[in-house]
Amino acid sequence: MKLTKDQVRHVAKLANLPLTSEEEEKYSEQLSKILEYIEQLNKVDTTGVEPTFNVSGQENVMRKDEAESSLSQEEVLQNAPKKEKGLPAGQAGFFVTKGVFDK
Amino acid sequence: MSDITSLTLTQTLKALEDKEFSEQDLNRAYLERIKSFNPKLNAFLEVIETKLGIPAAIKDVISTKGIPTTAGSKVLEGYIPPYNATVINRLLENSVSIIGKTNCDEFAMGGSGENSAYGPTKNPWDITKVPGGSSSGSATAVAADLCVFALGSDTGGSIRQPASLTGIVGLKPSYGRVSRYGLIAMASSLDQIGPLTKSVEDAALVLEWISGSDGMDSNCRAEKWEMRGMGEIRGIKVGIPKEYFGKGLDPKVKKVIEDAIKKLEELGAEIVEVSLPHSPYALPAYYIINPSEISANMARFDGIRYGSARQNFGQEVKRRIMLGTFALSTGYYDEYYAKAAKVRTLVKQDFEKAYEKVDVIVGPVSPTTAWNLGEKVDDPLKMYLADIYTISANLAGIPGLSVPCGFSEGLPVGLQILGKHFDEETVLRVGYAYEQATNWRKEKPKL
Repeated sequence: MKLTKDQVRHVAKLANLPLTSEEEEKYSEQLSKILEYIEQLNKVDTTGVEPTFNVSGQENVMRKDEAESSLSQEEVLQNAPKKEKGLPAGQAGFFVTKGVFDK
Repeated sequence: MSDITSLTLTQTLKALEDKEFSEQDLNRAYLERIKSFNPKLNAFLEVIETKLGIPAAIKDVISTKGIPTTAGSKVLEGYIPPYNATVINRLLENSVSIIGKTNCDEFAMGGSGENSAYGPTKNPWDITKVPGGSSSGSATAVAADLCVFALGSDTGGSIRQPASLTGIVGLKPSYGRVSRYGLIAMASSLDQIGPLTKSVEDAALVLEWISGSDGMDSNCRAEKWEMRGMGEIRGIKVGIPKEYFGKGLDPKVKKVIEDAIKKLEELGAEIVEVSLPHSPYALPAYYIINPSEISANMARFDGIRYGSARQNFGQEVKRRIMLGTFALSTGYYDEYYAKAAKVRTLVKQDFEKAYEKVDVIVGPVSPTTAWNLGEKVDDPLKMYLADIYTISANLAGIPGLSVPCGFSEGLPVGLQILGKHFDEETVLRVGYAYEQATNWRKEKPKL
């Protein structure tokens, strides 16, 4: 299958992946080649074959419904690129994201 | 003592018990070696001045509390995990110390180590060659005696292939043997953590330490794994898949593998030809399943809670996110993802049928020895083909071991031993018997 530049742009949007126009060009070419290679799967007869999504052999693994300690708010926030101090002062605070309803 | 660093893990533990040297001596010796050789090899991204414990190197996709963990990516530059992966806690409980975090292909995506944002790792046997990947730094660190052993992760061959290309032992455990809690996920139905070591015995010991459930990975089996004894391999049935010896396998590598098989026969193993007819389709199925799972797992990198913006991903990561997003998108799901999942069933059934006749399956790990740095970086498809003999084990969930079995033009070749699901024991027994009967692992690169 040939992936056009428009399709690449569409997929990049779905993946929330900003690409430069140079990258769009390159991926259109490279992904087309890879998909062409992958299409040999069509030679395999899979009529009546069940798909496999998991190979652990495990089923319905449960853990006890017990509360366990989790990370502190400071630890959770320690790697955030943008954060605000909480109120009242001294509280750990919160993540800062781009505003959805700005302007 | 100049040769402390050439000892295996098992030998090191014995020497410490016999008070031949102290833990301080041990750590000092390894740190000195890292200081001398890491600038040339680029195996470590972070070195910790340990004083006590058994110094182990950890692939940088495994979370270490308080120690930077980048996964070889600019996106995670400066990221410091607030918790340890379960495998790390297990090692610490067994007197292991973390001497450093090792370089790898970005988010473990790659087969040469060259996809790291922090520069490629070099192969200690020839620094103009790749060490394989994605556990490139872990393999080089073990091969160059910069640590006692290392941990890596294997999604399509990322432990076995670099182990093969650097002449060390690498074990991918069965899917479900080791908890992945704290492993930065790539493709969750394929990922496993495992050891890279200087001997087969060491691989068994590290697996004993890290196996068993922690309640955090629901795909992980509850019980801890234990090696019941190595023993001999007389009467063991070794399957040779004819599909692993066809076009694409370097004739010089083929010769080395055939000699290794003869050795197994001399040791009393029964050699049986088997067929894995869907082998040629494992790679194309993998390159749908793997990127699809990647596109979902990588969605967590939003640049809000940790890490920087998504445009900072490297080329291979972007390529796989794109490929996976496409394969899962409306109108293409059935044609690509669902089809690949069905082919996966057939690949798995091939193994199940073969294992009705044999105990293990043996062949090459990699179709070639280590190639030149830069040789395949511009051709993703060519790079993917280097994984042709290793990815089937991940699709089927079975364990696989790489054991040094000789050299081709001065570069190491690894023998791959694949086993039944959850039968690491037989795989390791065959590997151990072969290793004890040969001297390959005693060969060291000259740095």
